[in-house]
Amino acid sequence: MSTPYRPDSGAEIRTGAGTRGGPGGRRARVGAGRGVPLPLLLPALAGLVFLLLPLTALLVRTPWRSLPEQLTSAEVWEALRLSLICASAATAVSLVLGVPLAWLLARAEFRGRGLVRALVTLPLVLPPVVGGVALLLALGRNGVVGQWLDSWFGITLPFTTAGVVVAEAFVAMPFLVISVEGTLRAADPRFEEAAMTLGASRFTAFRRVTLPLIMPGIAAGSVLAWARALGEFGATITFAGNFPGRTQTMPLAVYLALQNDPAAAVALSLVLLAVSVAVLAGLRDRWATVR
Amino acid sequence: MTPRSVQRTLRAGAGAAVLLALSACSSPGGSSTPGSSASADGSGNVSGPVTVFAAASLKESFTALGKDFEKAHPGTKVTFSFGGSDTLAAGITGGAPADVFAAASPRTMAVVSDAGGVSGTPSTFVRNQLEIATLPGNPDRITSLKDLTGAGLKVVLCDRTVPCGAATQKALDAAGLELTPVSYEQDVKSALTKVELKEADASVVYRTDVEAAGDKVEGVEFPESADAVNDYPIALLKDAPNPAAAEEFVAYVRSAEGRKVLTGAGFLAP
Repeated sequence: MSTPYRPDSGAEIRTGAGTRGGPGGRRARVGAGRGVPLPLLLPALAGLVFLLLPLTALLVRTPWRSLPEQLTSAEVWEALRLSLICASAATAVSLVLGVPLAWLLARAEFRGRGLVRALVTLPLVLPPVVGGVALLLALGRNGVVGQWLDSWFGITLPFTTAGVVVAEAFVAMPFLVISVEGTLRAADPRFEEAAMTLGASRFTAFRRVTLPLIMPGIAAGSVLAWARALGEFGATITFAGNFPGRTQTMPLAVYLALQNDPAAAVALSLVLLAVSVAVLAGLRDRWATVR
Repeated sequence: MTPRSVQRTLRAGAGAAVLLALSACSSPGGSSTPGSSASADGSGNVSGPVTVFAAASLKESFTALGKDFEKAHPGTKVTFSFGGSDTLAAGITGGAPADVFAAASPRTMAVVSDAGGVSGTPSTFVRNQLEIATLPGNPDRITSLKDLTGAGLKVVLCDRTVPCGAATQKALDAAGLELTPVSYEQDVKSALTKVELKEADASVVYRTDVEAAGDKVEGVEFPESADAVNDYPIALLKDAPNPAAAEEFVAYVRSAEGRKVLTGAGFLAP
């Protein structure tokens, strides 16, 4: 980063925003006091560089010439399509189960709530591969619950697309729960209480008052969960295996391409990156208007 | 496994002599490295840490060999990094500080030697043959590679990009069979795990993996595996931080005792 730090530049931006209110001269001085302090700016820039450097390296080393050839391969599109479908489905599952769970953690009083909250975040610290093994032990054909699913309903999750969704939801849901719970705790419960004194049931109050109130948190949580699900590798390959078109998502395709064709792996990573940036940027704009 | 005491006597006697002879004739002038923390006096006594990057399938046998080596050479400390041969090769060419590389296929070794990372020439120290791994007691009565193509059978294979998958494909081609598994696993151990957990009914893995899994899986030999025997090359690395001790370790792996441990684990002699 070569942009030199100019205390005034921040002030100018502030004035620009503030000109609607009045003359710029006085506000510029106020703005100067609110410029970005150096002890914050330097680590912030270092952080930005740290996060972007590997991605830049990926771009630098991308085999641009063979890229079109990589991108026209049917397998790549199949993997990408599967990735998008599974990540979206996993986000939907996380929403349906995660928002009520977040509400429970934030609003309901019960013993051991702290413990439950810690348990909910457990998949965050669990290495994903371990998560995959745990899922196999629980929901596999021979698993604690899975053997009943198999013998009663004939449902086996491993090696199926549904298994991919389960693995991704397992890893991604905590992100949504944490995000929504945080927003719920910050939201004023008196709105709900007011609704209830006016005769709404607790569920109606949740649906009509709380839910619109915490929408930004839900949106942010969904984006986080979706992004996490899209990049999920360890739990997916362990629980759902790897079969093109059925369970081979982009991260799996990238990993296996890395084994004998690193150039192809880089190209594939780039596709995944481009698509996720496009989707996230698109969502971000919409989500900003919600705010 | 042979009793420890027997191994110790062997090592103290003929073994040491073999090691000395081997290291003496294969030394490309690497036994004296200025600036290295390791030392090697004239009698072949080496010390210091040795870092060995080895294919995942060597885990059990190399761990045992490392312990024996440390006992035979007090002052040495052997550290292993086990993983997929491709991943390890990428690590070495990327500058990982390793002394020795033992790969599960000549192709992965070539990745390192083509990049000029090998000191001397890699040599095959064992070979590994494929075997079908089935559930304990072989409930599906699998007796041949063809049986794996049966309907309703859940088979997992190694992905074709990893050595065991390439070997499996070779065996299938030799048998003229088409086999669609439920999953192409990322490495041989994950393929085996799926059978151990009874999520898959069968897999094609190395004999050594079946051996290491004990009674959790049952091995079924099949004739086509002879067409797909994998050579395991070992090499001293050019940028080895401790070349003297590393060379001694390679010699130990290739010695009579080393071979005994490896064949005990199911490997074939080269």
